[in-house]
Amino acid sequence: MSLNYTKKTLEHFLRPKNIGKIVHPDGYAQIGNMVCGDQLDFFLKVKEGKIIDVKFLSFGCASNIATASILTEKVKGMTIEQAKKYAWQEVVDDLGGLPKQKLHCSVMAVQGLKKAISDYEEKQQVLPKVKKTKKKEEKTKKKISVKKSSLKKTKKK
Amino acid sequence: MRVYLDNAATTPLDPRVLKKMLPYFTEKFGNPASIHALGQEAFIALEEAREKVANILKAPKDSLVFTSGATESNNFIIRGLALANKNEKRKRIIISAIEHPCVREAARRLMVAGYTIDYVPANKEGIVTAKALENLIGDDVLLVSVMMVNNEIGTIQDIKKLATIAHRFGAYFHSDAVQAVPYLNIDIKALKVDFLSLSAHKFYGPKGVGLAYINPDIKMQALIVGGGQENNLRSGTHNLPGIIGLSEALYLAYRERDEYLKRISKLQKYFWEKLKQEIPEVLINGSWEKRVPANLNVRFRYIEGEAILMDLSQKGICVSTGSACSASDLRASYVLKEIGLDKNYLNSNIRFSFGRFTTKAELDYTIKALKQTVKRLRAFSPIN
Repeated sequence: MSLNYTKKTLEHFLRPKNIGKIVHPDGYAQIGNMVCGDQLDFFLKVKEGKIIDVKFLSFGCASNIATASILTEKVKGMTIEQAKKYAWQEVVDDLGGLPKQKLHCSVMAVQGLKKAISDYEEKQQVLPKVKKTKKKEEKTKKKISVKKSSLKKTKKK
Repeated sequence: MRVYLDNAATTPLDPRVLKKMLPYFTEKFGNPASIHALGQEAFIALEEAREKVANILKAPKDSLVFTSGATESNNFIIRGLALANKNEKRKRIIISAIEHPCVREAARRLMVAGYTIDYVPANKEGIVTAKALENLIGDDVLLVSVMMVNNEIGTIQDIKKLATIAHRFGAYFHSDAVQAVPYLNIDIKALKVDFLSLSAHKFYGPKGVGLAYINPDIKMQALIVGGGQENNLRSGTHNLPGIIGLSEALYLAYRERDEYLKRISKLQKYFWEKLKQEIPEVLINGSWEKRVPANLNVRFRYIEGEAILMDLSQKGICVSTGSACSASDLRASYVLKEIGLDKNYLNSNIRFSFGRFTTKAELDYTIKALKQTVKRLRAFSPIN
């Protein structure tokens, strides 16, 4: 079985960024579960529409940890709108590729973040936007199956 | 430090075995099927190797079929028997619920040939009890297949007892003994099995060679046909260097058995005690008593197995896990599920498998590394 993580992925797995929790988060979400073998918890701190802090906890494999780490690193400082556009393919690119059977980790991390953003928006009572985000999530889900084959980033190193 | 604790996956070739094999690649390269001098030299070596194995297993020479490994042996035994007997009235095959995938798949694919596959459960300890088999067996059963030692949790089955039950109902009995060498005495006569499989690379022999013991009185159909080698049961030019390697590796494994077992049992016990001492919330999977000394399968609560494995791998330590994330089909270990592990713990297991070259210093290093790994990963686990 090929399971060659890139140097970048291993770096983020071994020294993950933004681990921990935020005590009074503006947005929080949990995605996945122990039974499936991967779970992520995201915590957001938002100020004037900008993500000023983001942290995560993980029960998951090396790529689960690495994808959450790089994702949080990237979206920290982004506006909510920018962060919502951050796609799982970008996570994969930023890591220099992921083994094929691990692509779902990047999808889950992105979904988790979006869920945390939805939670934030709900708390702000911007309800119409919540629905939109949900739709987007579904769209991303559909995209996965199509784009999997076009992703040839599972390079050996 | 490089530490290899995945000896249940494969073992390194013993240099003494390699030395015996080498001439058969170069100067003694003849085909045992050729009748000239070079071929006959190879034929004699082949039959000597077979005799060596027969003596160890207490099996008649003509009952041993050399194959490419245990996957082929298991496929051959299960499918070869079922296909040769498909016109008989026995249409049920029983395998244990913790068999290796090659036994499961070989059996499952016989459903198209009209067979029903039943799974005899293992209890919480990882043991297939006589009662469990008795509950399931009947005189419509053609074959019962139960592995001698489980590859994931190392539990030992009472093969003689289970084989006796199978025979009482007129069924044949097969045991995949891949993980049993040299931990158990494989005496074909005493065990009362009709079929048995071995693979050389699990006991410091080469990869790509295995063995099937076939009771010569039982009707079989070959899966690989051609030149009629191996009594017409397995065609194809003999992998002579491999076969020489298998016989020598098996010979050495049993010759050095007593001393080895003493040493490895001590190491296993030492490692488990130390692990419990140094790391909180670590639990064993499967029976401690009825387990081969080469195996320790444990779960580290709150963290995921693949992450533990990868972290250890970065520190030079090779282990294995049955977590979903590590599997190509993303499914957690069915063996751990079978022995009743809470589904929340199915992804937190690590298998350590010790071997001939494992040292105490390596285990000390592993404990030290594990302590760091587990502490690091638990620090940001959302579970508590």
